[in-house]
Amino acid sequence: MTTRRITNDDIRRTVKELCIKANTVLRPDVLEVLKKGADEEEKGSVSEKMMRILIENAAMAEKETMPICQDTGLVSVFLEIGEDVSIEGKGLKDAINKGVEEAYKDTFLRKSVVADPILRDNTGTNTPAIINLDIVKGDKLTIWVMPKGFGSENKGSICMMNPTCTEEDIVKFCTDTVKKAGSDACPPYILGIGLGGTMDTCASLAKKALLEPVGGKNKKPHIADMERRIREEVSNLGIGIMGLGGKSTVLGVRIKESPTHIAGLPVAVNLSCHALRSACAEL
Amino acid sequence: MKKIATPLSDESIKSLKAGEEVLLTGTIYTARDQAHLRMCRMIEKEEKLPLELKGETIYYCGPSPAGERIIGSCGPTTSSRMDAFTEPLLRVGLLGMIGKGSRSEEVREAIKRYKAVYFITPGGAGAYLSKKVKSSVVEGFEDLGPEAIYRLDVEDFPLVVGIDSKGNDIYKRGEK
Repeated sequence: MTTRRITNDDIRRTVKELCIKANTVLRPDVLEVLKKGADEEEKGSVSEKMMRILIENAAMAEKETMPICQDTGLVSVFLEIGEDVSIEGKGLKDAINKGVEEAYKDTFLRKSVVADPILRDNTGTNTPAIINLDIVKGDKLTIWVMPKGFGSENKGSICMMNPTCTEEDIVKFCTDTVKKAGSDACPPYILGIGLGGTMDTCASLAKKALLEPVGGKNKKPHIADMERRIREEVSNLGIGIMGLGGKSTVLGVRIKESPTHIAGLPVAVNLSCHALRSACAEL
Repeated sequence: MKKIATPLSDESIKSLKAGEEVLLTGTIYTARDQAHLRMCRMIEKEEKLPLELKGETIYYCGPSPAGERIIGSCGPTTSSRMDAFTEPLLRVGLLGMIGKGSRSEEVREAIKRYKAVYFITPGGAGAYLSKKVKSSVVEGFEDLGPEAIYRLDVEDFPLVVGIDSKGNDIYKRGEK
């Protein structure tokens, strides 16, 4: 097998383009569930009107290359690097951060990153990005960029559950997380859920679950069934857009699972607002 | 649909009912976490604020950069983070607040006590809302960047009354 060469400069340029695309072009799968949600609202209701505003907002953002939401997020970058890929040039991490910086600095994207959680000085570049690396088979390099606002990020939660807990317990924990978020984090929500792994990987799985198509389902039937049950329970909360009690409380639930330890069952919920933003490219 | 203007008059505030849709025209000021913290500290020390709050309306918002436009995306941020700083601002005369999401019981009580009003506007619709803004200038705390206080002139800005001056709260449905 020959090695494919990809330069750090290709990566920098791609990350920059993906940051701009993710912030200005709403994912087609997200737009689709939003439209479906709007159609399900009571005709002429405030909720329906507000749902239509979101759809109009997405069209305006794309047409005018404006951010869908002013909170253009803290950027998570996910790289799947094929074993047969050779990355040329120094500093992969620098290349990724440079790409983010070029997208955000001196442009229309808001810089929302502070250098220190206590001192809180804005870095002015929206870097550093949160970088996740994975090694996969093949000669491709896939990059996902997910700028996530903190209105919804603040409402996520993780629970290290007992291995003997029931599926009902898991459904309840996920539902309670959304109940606590209430109307604060821009419902209708999209839920990314991590099951298994360790505390840290579980949280990461929850975030990665948000990269999956919102309208899709897990390949394993028992996990897909949990996605469906969680969606049903969360819908029953009746929060609705802006908390107005309309029909749309959740637009999708996706789960990513992983092997774990005999003594535990970590469960993490990464809550997303309706404006779930990400973009992907394969090099 | 009902149209209202800022500065909000006592009569117009009195007429607003929780759950009602309104279109707002006039001047509003952005302020979020750090601006609230600073203003509260200044009120405590009896210092002069960058703007006279009496009769004014604050919008919990940190817009994205304007570039060549009047303003960038400018949707609301989560109101509950401002809960702890709201009573002091109402005490010095703030009358209107615009944000997203529910408020604490303390804030609801204070809104009732000071005969103020809390509005909500759709989050995640920043591009759409930017078209309702006719001018934008930095009014104070410029060093805070996106968190600075901006004076915005808005036209037909779409709102829903979240908590009215009688303390009726749309988020308390079914909790009584």
